[in-house]
Amino acid sequence: MSTTSKRLRTLVATGAFATTVALVLAGCGARVGDDTGGGKSSARSCVDTSGSTVKLGFLNSLTGGMAISEKTVSNVLHMAADEINAAGGILGKKIQYVQEDGATDWPTFAEKTEKLLTQDCVGAIFGGWTSSSRKAVKPVVEKHNGLFFYPVQYEGLEASPNIYYTGATTNQQIIPAMDFLASKGVKKLFLAGSDYVFPRTANAIIKLYAAKLGIEIVGEEYVPLDKDDWTTQVAKIKAAKPDFIFNTINGSSNVGFIKAYYDAGLTAATTPIISVSIAEEEAPAMGHEVTGHYASWNYFQSLKTDTNQKFIDSWKAYPKSSGVTSDPMEAAYISLYLYKALVEAAGSFDVDAVNAAAKKNTITFAAPEGTVTLDGENHHISKPGNIGRINASNQFDIVWSSGTFIKPDPFLKGYDWFPANIRDQLVKAAG
Amino acid sequence: MTKLRPRLSLFGIGAFALLLLGVAPLLLTDHWLGNLGKYCCWAMAAVGIGLAWGRGGMLVMGQGVFFALGAYSMAMHLTLETAGDGVPGFMVLYDPLAPLPAFWEPFRSAAFTLLAIVLLPVIVAGLLGYALFKRRVKGAYFAILTQALAVALATLISSTIRETGGDTGLSDFKYFFGFVLDDPANRKLVYLITAALLVVCLLVVRQLYRSRFGELLVATRDAEERVRFLGYDPANVKLVAFVGAALMASIGGAMFVPIVGIITPAEIGAAASILMIAGVAFGGRASLFGPALGAMAVGWGQSSLGSTWPDGWTYIIGALFIVVILFLPNGLSSVLARFTAARRSPGEQPAAATATLQLEEAKS
Amino acid sequence: MDALISPLLNGSAQGALLLLAALGLSLTFGQMGVINMAHGEFLMIGAFTAYLVQQVIGSSDLSIPVALPVAFVVAGLFGLLLEVSIIRWMYHRPLDTLLVTVGVGLILQQAALQIFPSQGVPVEKPGWLNGQVTVFGYDWPLRQVFTILLATVCVAALSVWLKSTAFGRRIRATVQNRDLAEVTGISTRTVDRLTFFVGSGLAGIAGVAASLIGGTNSQMGTQYIIPAFLVVAAGGIGQLKGTVVAAWAVGVVLSYFAYWTTGSLAQVLAFILVIVFLQLRPQGLFTVRTRSLV
Repeated sequence: MSTTSKRLRTLVATGAFATTVALVLAGCGARVGDDTGGGKSSARSCVDTSGSTVKLGFLNSLTGGMAISEKTVSNVLHMAADEINAAGGILGKKIQYVQEDGATDWPTFAEKTEKLLTQDCVGAIFGGWTSSSRKAVKPVVEKHNGLFFYPVQYEGLEASPNIYYTGATTNQQIIPAMDFLASKGVKKLFLAGSDYVFPRTANAIIKLYAAKLGIEIVGEEYVPLDKDDWTTQVAKIKAAKPDFIFNTINGSSNVGFIKAYYDAGLTAATTPIISVSIAEEEAPAMGHEVTGHYASWNYFQSLKTDTNQKFIDSWKAYPKSSGVTSDPMEAAYISLYLYKALVEAAGSFDVDAVNAAAKKNTITFAAPEGTVTLDGENHHISKPGNIGRINASNQFDIVWSSGTFIKPDPFLKGYDWFPANIRDQLVKAAG
Repeated sequence: MTKLRPRLSLFGIGAFALLLLGVAPLLLTDHWLGNLGKYCCWAMAAVGIGLAWGRGGMLVMGQGVFFALGAYSMAMHLTLETAGDGVPGFMVLYDPLAPLPAFWEPFRSAAFTLLAIVLLPVIVAGLLGYALFKRRVKGAYFAILTQALAVALATLISSTIRETGGDTGLSDFKYFFGFVLDDPANRKLVYLITAALLVVCLLVVRQLYRSRFGELLVATRDAEERVRFLGYDPANVKLVAFVGAALMASIGGAMFVPIVGIITPAEIGAAASILMIAGVAFGGRASLFGPALGAMAVGWGQSSLGSTWPDGWTYIIGALFIVVILFLPNGLSSVLARFTAARRSPGEQPAAATATLQLEEAKS
Repeated sequence: MDALISPLLNGSAQGALLLLAALGLSLTFGQMGVINMAHGEFLMIGAFTAYLVQQVIGSSDLSIPVALPVAFVVAGLFGLLLEVSIIRWMYHRPLDTLLVTVGVGLILQQAALQIFPSQGVPVEKPGWLNGQVTVFGYDWPLRQVFTILLATVCVAALSVWLKSTAFGRRIRATVQNRDLAEVTGISTRTVDRLTFFVGSGLAGIAGVAASLIGGTNSQMGTQYIIPAFLVVAAGGIGQLKGTVVAAWAVGVVLSYFAYWTTGSLAQVLAFILVIVFLQLRPQGLFTVRTRSLV
């Protein structure tokens, strides 16, 4: 015993010494205040475009809870890549995509982003769904000066030189929905959402705008994302007697909400719901009980344009098809074509060249929702605001439209009801 | 197999330290070194689980709770360090004028943060363990209770967005105790600290296993009543192992934050807590190296197989649980042990192996 | 008034669903000591069965009554398969059944994700469940009444089965003293298999009820498993009446908390309450008197 403990002591001492030496040797990195420190200098891109292909990264949750929603987005990206390749590729180079699984785990999104950028050396990354996944990716793409294309509507109040947002920001989905409610003469509104960042932020904005519009918020309820039971909350909604419900629930929990709502005898005829996360993909899982309720999106499958018909036809013919098209799918489809347009305008896959091309504000794409224009300053795109009403075949009849394409305004600079002090702090916090 | 051979285990730890601290930084790219650091964090939690479950028989299914205590302590400090004097950006929207939540304030201090990472898990695990073990809660009850705690904490964090960052978690840290985190040299430093801490955990556990306490812990696992009749209080024995496991999980969690750059409730909930167990079961719950190596192997599998074959990876991890638990209750390390033992004394070994096994499994 | 009555009634229905989910566990965990973490996935199998039956029959008025026995058998068969292939080897190490079945659950979830549309499938509520009954001025949805009735029928059937049939006696004999039961000529293997079949089948029935309340998709089982285990533990192992009382209490408490605070906080508070309760009374609400030291 005594000899081994002596030996142990020697070993611990040696180990501690070796560790200290190693730490001292390594600890010569930059400290707070050293602006010259590493960081950016290590961010040299390793993208190889010398061959006949260009590598792109696709990143979505294919396993875990969010796979329910993200799988189709991932599949539509594959379709877009196949289409672009069939038409000759980007700058004559075929897309060779690397598919990664975010596994419904935000640190995994961060890890995979770094892998795609530094190990696979992809030109850009496409995907994500939840705001949390985007917020996990953001610092990594910024650090390595990569590109990330995010295809889902979100709560706004964000901008990054390394992220392009092809879904709606608040003033393209939430604000049109509120304008629609005001036009219907709604006086009492109830807010129901899942308990995470998008509904909380969206509702904070809704409350500010409702005050301006003279709409009273008669209640606000949140349920965890992974819980389906809404019965108690629906009882509260019923007791509050609102004219309309603003629904920011996401995922499977929506099914539970709609069922509990229907069970309680609340109908679309008396107290309709307007949703921002129920689209053509989600509605069928709720059967006929969701019929007659509304949703605010930019794209609907029922939009009558030639490009939309082409999009629907090619999706239906695609082997991994789910049969219907939806707004997030269309935004994902746009994202790949937008990247193609950006690269071709820049004449290069280089990130800084792409961003410089964006700055000219001339990038457009004839999307299924109409011709969208990229805003080079905030990296969002212009979109039409549409309100659809769910019909018996779980498709949407468009009942209201903003008419013109709405310019993206993620920080709500054009809206005087949004407090300037919040905006300033947010812009500062966003860097 | 439960007996450690002193020289071999020391030599093993030395070799392991050499690989992690000397060889890995030379061979691996920054990305893979970061990943290895992440696996080291899980491995620390796993070493603790090996202590509590493998040696102590307590199936701790809620180590995410203690992982969270360390991780969120560290994350709050780094968030404040990044934010400077102001309020962190994510809090602004919900109430721009409100001050920092009171429980954040002390985490401005680096010393307090380091102290919290060590003391918080000790206090929480101490109180919880004292209450549970004195009441003789064990077996499946203990497992489900700890799992429920992890779920409750994850739900609580998810729903307190302004206070904890909610489901999005805390991320985007710029500095680590005065060092710029983006600098590759500093990232290497963080990795080395993590790897060194893992080696320390292994040394501590080795010493515990070789001590009288280690014998007592195994005895408590295999025949708690007999230990009690011999005049020891099994509750105290288990408490020490449980607190030790909590402390290691907390340190692992704390280092996870600067290495991965983000912490979210998903890292501490039911699924994450179970995945920590998977690694331990895979490597060998009662062996010295099994838990750490198993956790690192599962982490690596997630990074590499999860990439190339995401659908299949879920099947693999599921099948791993089934096959390993069913056929190799003592993990891969038991294969090695059986192999070396069979070489030394062919014939009697299998019977002996089954005997220890049954003794262990007879407890629940 | 509404604030007092509606959470009570809603909570009772919530408790009834929890009870349906926990009933099978009280058999497999309570009587056999097996910790089946794939129980939530058996529930999911029941829900998908309800969908498939609906596809065949068409009318939802008829399909739900038909789906109940079918889901019982289908989920039961999955359970039987699990028992025969894996669990039977593990009766001497119950804690390890927990880990093995976690693996089984993961595989079943991923398989469901790949077989069915990823967003989930619709299960239509039968027309005769539309509407509400007014209780103390609160319009109580009929679907909730149905869940409570279904749970009541299942509990009654199970207790009659356990108490009054020859097979039930065999199960109890096996639980109390396996060796002695074998000596009297009971095939304990058959007893194990059938108990597991019934326990898993009950999860199938719970799945049909759950498909009328929430989404039917690959992830649906995960939200029930931990609460169901807590309910069984709080009720007292092997105690049917304990499980019933605990499930009802958890449902009602959850609903009151959700009414007065928020949905998330209610989950946390309910969990903590059960944990504290188990801390004070680790043997659960009701206990069997045994000579065991524990």
